[in-house]
Amino acid sequence: MSGDPIYTEMIIEYSRNPSNYGKIDEPHIHRHDSNPLCGDSIDLYLNIDDKKITDVKFDGKGCAICMACSSVLTEMIKGKDLDDVKKFEKDELLSELGLEHLIKTSPVRIKCALLSLKALKYGIYSYFAEKMNDVESAGNLKEEASSLY
Amino acid sequence: MQATSETFESLRNDFPVLERKVRDGKKLVYLDNAATTQKPIQVIDAISDYYKNNNSNIHRAVHALAEESTEAFEQTRDKIAEFLNIKNSQEIIFVKGTTEAINLVANAWGRDNVKEGDIIVTTEYEHHSNIVPWQLLTQDKKAQLKYIDIDDNGELMIDQLDEYLSTGKVKLVAFSHVSNVLGTITPAKEIISKCKNAGVKTLIDGAQAVPHMKVDLTELDCDFYAFSAHKMLGPTGVGVLWAKKEILEKMIPYQGGGDMIREVHKYETTWNDLPYKFEAGTPNIADVIGFKTAIEYLQKIGMENIRNHELELTKYALEQMEKVPGITLYGAKEPEKRGGVVSFNFNDVHPHDVGTIIDKDGVAIRSGHHCAQVLMEKLNVAATNRASFYIYTTKEEIDALITALQNVAKVFKL
Repeated sequence: MSGDPIYTEMIIEYSRNPSNYGKIDEPHIHRHDSNPLCGDSIDLYLNIDDKKITDVKFDGKGCAICMACSSVLTEMIKGKDLDDVKKFEKDELLSELGLEHLIKTSPVRIKCALLSLKALKYGIYSYFAEKMNDVESAGNLKEEASSLY
Repeated sequence: MQATSETFESLRNDFPVLERKVRDGKKLVYLDNAATTQKPIQVIDAISDYYKNNNSNIHRAVHALAEESTEAFEQTRDKIAEFLNIKNSQEIIFVKGTTEAINLVANAWGRDNVKEGDIIVTTEYEHHSNIVPWQLLTQDKKAQLKYIDIDDNGELMIDQLDEYLSTGKVKLVAFSHVSNVLGTITPAKEIISKCKNAGVKTLIDGAQAVPHMKVDLTELDCDFYAFSAHKMLGPTGVGVLWAKKEILEKMIPYQGGGDMIREVHKYETTWNDLPYKFEAGTPNIADVIGFKTAIEYLQKIGMENIRNHELELTKYALEQMEKVPGITLYGAKEPEKRGGVVSFNFNDVHPHDVGTIIDKDGVAIRSGHHCAQVLMEKLNVAATNRASFYIYTTKEEIDALITALQNVAKVFKL
């Protein structure tokens, strides 16, 4: 099974030792999401200061793909400006783990890969809508989150 | 007929899909029979013959095709009556599956028979289809939903039922005949007898029982029984609700429309006789007709033989899997207490990863919560892997599953 297109060293490593795994007490953004058909279930927590993501953590139960993608996502957005994060695209995340092919090869498993991104988009959607009154950004994010997969 | 493993192996020739290669030429090892079974060529032909030669709506027109179709459709009802020892085929209602059958009871019986403060009892190992309709009903009626818990061997703690019954508030006890995750065979007669003594109705989800063992509804004597055709060689979209005539007669219709009426006036309608009162709209005619062929196929093998074959496979699977390091098995230790279903986890590897990796070797199992999240919570797992067997399953296929698990161990460096 060497050269497995999904279960690379990196994915297995992240699934065993996820990054930014844990909980933030009283976070500015908290979003729970799950995949009803497969049972992956995660919580994403973010703290924001002056539109920058100062801290991000996630916890929950999921498969190796879900754990690895959630880890990488949190690494990629930590310290970033919300305006950049709202433009963040799924290909950026998938290519970081060499999983771009999943979109074509495994429509079922793509849900595992993008669950955390969906939670992120919905989470900052609520933040833009409620805290910043930015209706346009919020609307776009909601649209994007609902059509991720 | 005494069926040998060769007899069962020869049946494989009747199932075209089992010839298939998947994932770059791997032989298909289909171990997801609790989700749905494959269909023999006889059933496929029966459905296609019907569309080629008879296709017509039923119960109304007087032309030749309509008469033939109606007769063929009703023959399935009679076949089910014979198969399950039901004395009156009017008590057999066609629905689209077990889920719809249970929803029918929750709506049409529940509406007039459950009131504020009443209790509906179900169990921790139910499929969502035997939980959610009761949640909807009890929430609507301000009634209560209670669960019979399971013990460490995956068996129901029946003593809890006595406690619930002693309140005098229980209206219905709804339970699966065989658990779709643990395979546990429920002591149905014991539960029914306790309920009868307390004047309480019983509903059985038989989706995982009727396909795999002899079920005699006259002997069982519950009040409602539901099952699906597609889990027993038949087509999807056909299920059965059986209920006692005196109960059905008192129930309001589930859906209004064609076929379920006797006379319709501007402001009132009278209902058709049983079972048509509960069969509004054009039913799934072709598939109901195909279902008869599926039952005949099972009858030819004999349900006792099928049960013995699956018991043999389950024994073998439990023995072989116990030897694999890192496997956690769920459910009763004793194979006699369970149907042909083996749920397991493999080390700390998430079932989806197991499912994806062994799929590359052509091995099809189910990974997930199996529509039984209440049970997953109880077992304290997010999901399990489930291998489930049927008449065409061989020991070699169980070996193939175990070999494929070794690849999972390699990928995850276990």
